[in-house]
Amino acid sequence: MRFMFIVTSAQRQAPTPALLEAMGKLADREIKAGRMLDNAGLMPIETGAQVRIDDGRLSLVDGPFIEAKEMIGGYAIFDLPGKEEAIASAMEFMQLHKDLAPGWDGVCELRAIAGP
Amino acid sequence: MSRDAATHRAILAAWRIEHPRLITSLARILRDVPLAEELTQDALVAALERWPVTGVPERPGAWLMATARRRALDHLRRAAMLRRNHALVAHDLEAEQQAMPDLDSALDDDIGDEMLRLIFTACHPRLASDARAALALRMVCGLTTGEIARAFLVPEATIAQRIVRAKRTLTASGLSYETPRGEALAARLASVLSVVYLIFNEGYTAARGDDWLRPQLCHQALRLGRILTAVAPGEPEVHGLLALMELNASRAAARVDEDGEPILLMDQDRRLWDRLQIHRGLGALARARQLTADRGDPSGGPYALQAAIVAQHARAATGAETDWRAIAALYEVLARIAPSPVVQLNRSIAMGMAEGPEAGLALLQPLLAEPSLRAYHLLPSVHGDLLQRLGRHAEARAAFEAAAALALNRREREMLQRRARETPG
Repeated sequence: MRFMFIVTSAQRQAPTPALLEAMGKLADREIKAGRMLDNAGLMPIETGAQVRIDDGRLSLVDGPFIEAKEMIGGYAIFDLPGKEEAIASAMEFMQLHKDLAPGWDGVCELRAIAGP
Repeated sequence: MSRDAATHRAILAAWRIEHPRLITSLARILRDVPLAEELTQDALVAALERWPVTGVPERPGAWLMATARRRALDHLRRAAMLRRNHALVAHDLEAEQQAMPDLDSALDDDIGDEMLRLIFTACHPRLASDARAALALRMVCGLTTGEIARAFLVPEATIAQRIVRAKRTLTASGLSYETPRGEALAARLASVLSVVYLIFNEGYTAARGDDWLRPQLCHQALRLGRILTAVAPGEPEVHGLLALMELNASRAAARVDEDGEPILLMDQDRRLWDRLQIHRGLGALARARQLTADRGDPSGGPYALQAAIVAQHARAATGAETDWRAIAALYEVLARIAPSPVVQLNRSIAMGMAEGPEAGLALLQPLLAEPSLRAYHLLPSVHGDLLQRLGRHAEARAAFEAAAALALNRREREMLQRRARETPG
């Protein structure tokens, strides 16, 4: 079963080098364990844009989105036996943040990807 | 799900996430893969006893690792005391230093080499092929004996016995911790790849409504394939097999209709094919080809060739756009490097599509006397199809009837009987 992990946070600071290194090692381990299919961190919000529909009107918001509170910082795609494994994996990932990026608050949302 | 069952599954999940590092780390300390497997299981049993009482610890992975390493050290101490072997005591002390649970560096272990050793041990050619599959699923994928039994539709006691016997064989033959390198690795790789492909096909042929663990075998085989590409990245057939499995698995959603009836490749709704998986399969195939080209090998291995054939279908937006000439050419190479009557039969189908029924029939004709295909329903089925397209209706009908009589599957039998009835003349 494929899962997408999406990390969001209201804080805009870049991850600490220690956290980056630990996440790199975790990703390496997960790739070697055959479980991680893809992962990436996203560039700062200035590099993006939002194309929106509000009240039936199409509009473009070209970054930075002052009004945006939670922003997506990165994602990963895993192939895991089930939701329990996905939760255990996300717990481990977030524990790294707790240990290596004190003061950081954020969410790792995991969702099953539709399909077989 | 009751609360206990939920806790149980959560513990098993945490253990599974940590499993690759647990078993590789223990194998390194103990220099004995079957023993490492046993003590890794002990750590799971300890968690299942403790965590429902104490709650799941904050760092479940570190807890499991500390517990497993403690068991490994206990084992080494006991062994050293029993034998009063100074060398072993020295090794024990050294291992003890290595094994001190250092939480900060928990991610520092490079599991690559140990993982490779684990896979090669589990898939040793000395073991029976069903035992190899069970051992690989247990030691590398962290499946329990019960899960493996359900996946293969055999009693749990049978799998447990296979695993015990296989581990005993490994220990008795002194194969519990060896690292094939160079030529030995290349020679042993064939056994590993065949085990992974066997696991994949066991899951791929699972019917709808089967226990969900059966289709899971496909995922476990894909996982094994990805592990192999990570730990043996220079082997073209490793990428070839992964490509073949990814490309075949990409059609999973289109292979059966709502009633569970199989849908033939040419009749499948290609919108249901998994694009991401096709993309990954084509990427793995490209790597296999690159490595093959680097070695100056013009044809590549059998897995990469089969993957290249499936890739031709994956690339065609509609059945009519299939490049049958390319497929026939690939089968010609496959028939040369891995000759078999089934490959020859498939080649005659491709040839019949590429160059017309006459050409297909010319390749098929010699197979009609092939003893190993005497009971294979697809031979008269393909024969009938080619004859029908040539307008030789009476012979075609006889071939379809012969095929129907040999078909083991009711649905296929009915389809062949219908074709026999609908053949004019």
